[in-house]
Amino acid sequence: MKLAILGAGDVGRSVADLAGEYGHEVVALADSTTAAIDPDGIDVDQTLERKVGGEAVGPSDPDDIFDTEYDVLVEATPTTLGDAEPGFTHVSRALEADRHVVLANKGPVAERYEELRALEAEHAGSIRFEATVGGAIPVLSTIEDCTPQAVTAVRGVLNGTANFILTRMAAEGLDYEHVLAEAQDLGVAEADPTFDVDGTDAALKFVILANVLADGGFALEDATVDGIQNIPGSALDLAAEDGRTIRLIGEATRDGIRVEPRLVPENGPLAVTGTRNIVQIETRNAGSLHSSGRGAGGPETATAVLSDVGRLPPL
Amino acid sequence: MGNAPEAGDDPDAETDGGLRAYTVRLELVDEPGELLRTLAPIADNGGNLLSIHHERGNITPRGHIPVEVDLECPPDRFDDIVEGLRDAGVNVIQAGAEHYGEEINVVLIGHLVDTDLSNTLSRIEDEAEAVVLDLSLAAPEGTGDISSARARLAIDSGRSEEALAAINSIGTDKELTVVEPLLGGDA
Repeated sequence: MKLAILGAGDVGRSVADLAGEYGHEVVALADSTTAAIDPDGIDVDQTLERKVGGEAVGPSDPDDIFDTEYDVLVEATPTTLGDAEPGFTHVSRALEADRHVVLANKGPVAERYEELRALEAEHAGSIRFEATVGGAIPVLSTIEDCTPQAVTAVRGVLNGTANFILTRMAAEGLDYEHVLAEAQDLGVAEADPTFDVDGTDAALKFVILANVLADGGFALEDATVDGIQNIPGSALDLAAEDGRTIRLIGEATRDGIRVEPRLVPENGPLAVTGTRNIVQIETRNAGSLHSSGRGAGGPETATAVLSDVGRLPPL
Repeated sequence: MGNAPEAGDDPDAETDGGLRAYTVRLELVDEPGELLRTLAPIADNGGNLLSIHHERGNITPRGHIPVEVDLECPPDRFDDIVEGLRDAGVNVIQAGAEHYGEEINVVLIGHLVDTDLSNTLSRIEDEAEAVVLDLSLAAPEGTGDISSARARLAIDSGRSEEALAAINSIGTDKELTVVEPLLGGDA
């Protein structure tokens, strides 16, 4: 397949870097200001070198991507809330041109799911978005394999930053502020970690899951969300007295979405440590399935994007 | 613990399908046939015997034998059972001390001491119909600051969600953060 990649952050760059290994060709890579475009395939190494070196990605305008011959638009621009723009417009332009779209951007799938599905139904291309939930963990494809109707709930830990902070607080008996500063030094938490620690990032993923289970109907404002900022170290100590720990747990069902700090058994499957993520898929006929792995990171998330590309039918 | 026991799976599951478990303490006269005579009103009024603890070696101050009977029945039948026992001349010492089918942990965070922890706990017992089995409090910054408490609660089987909803609304009233257990699936 010929890939046009919008977004040259960790994920977009990794998709470009790994595409060849998965048998695909990159015909365009754009960040918000410039683009490298070549219908015969761009020189990925050179383009990435320019981007990392702080130069323009290429000589073209990002908008010219839509006039190129490509099979799949990879939407890897930053997640935005509310109207999910400009991601939504990118997806709709590609669908209207009868191309496939693979999203790593959570915004359009969480906030405008029904519109995306309606556009998809009117045009030839398909949309896939495995990378939006749990990075490298095959969450959506597992639900697809079980058929969404047979999945009754999805629960789990889908934010590595919050999980890292809670794990360190429990292990070292330290308070939130202290561990957050450490996480920022290690590069695990961003300078502004708000969306990770207040539960918004995890909530977007569980909104996407609820949309998949119920075939739409949910956006971020439908989720009950509470973050980890108010959890003192002493609460984790107390939880440990009874073999429990506290994790930022999300739950998605057809009835709604809930993301909150919850007590879970210390040695149970959901008490993953560090930046690891886990999902528990509760099925009607096959009990619970657990899948754990790296929920973030450029190459990890890029593998989910490229797996999606591999599942697309020929146009 | 913390998971709803699956029907038929857990020998300790106390209630199912609208039945609730009760414990009745009786005093029996030490005469042949007395125990059998005592149990008839339970069966006659729709109760199901779960266990009988017959302390033969232990005599009450009145010279009778204490017997503890665990039974289950629909809640609206329990008064009839106790009445049936009394009508049969059985001395009922204690009735209705329920066995609780589930234990859950919750962690409360906030100004627990300033907001009257003991009132919070009695409201949990009343409004969530729970029994506080165990409590630990941690106030590393002193009782005037944010503190945490872990409470282990006993509640009736199948009532976890209602009990947690009641505890959450108490938490909202008192501006406390309630960290609930995750009950679904096999967490």
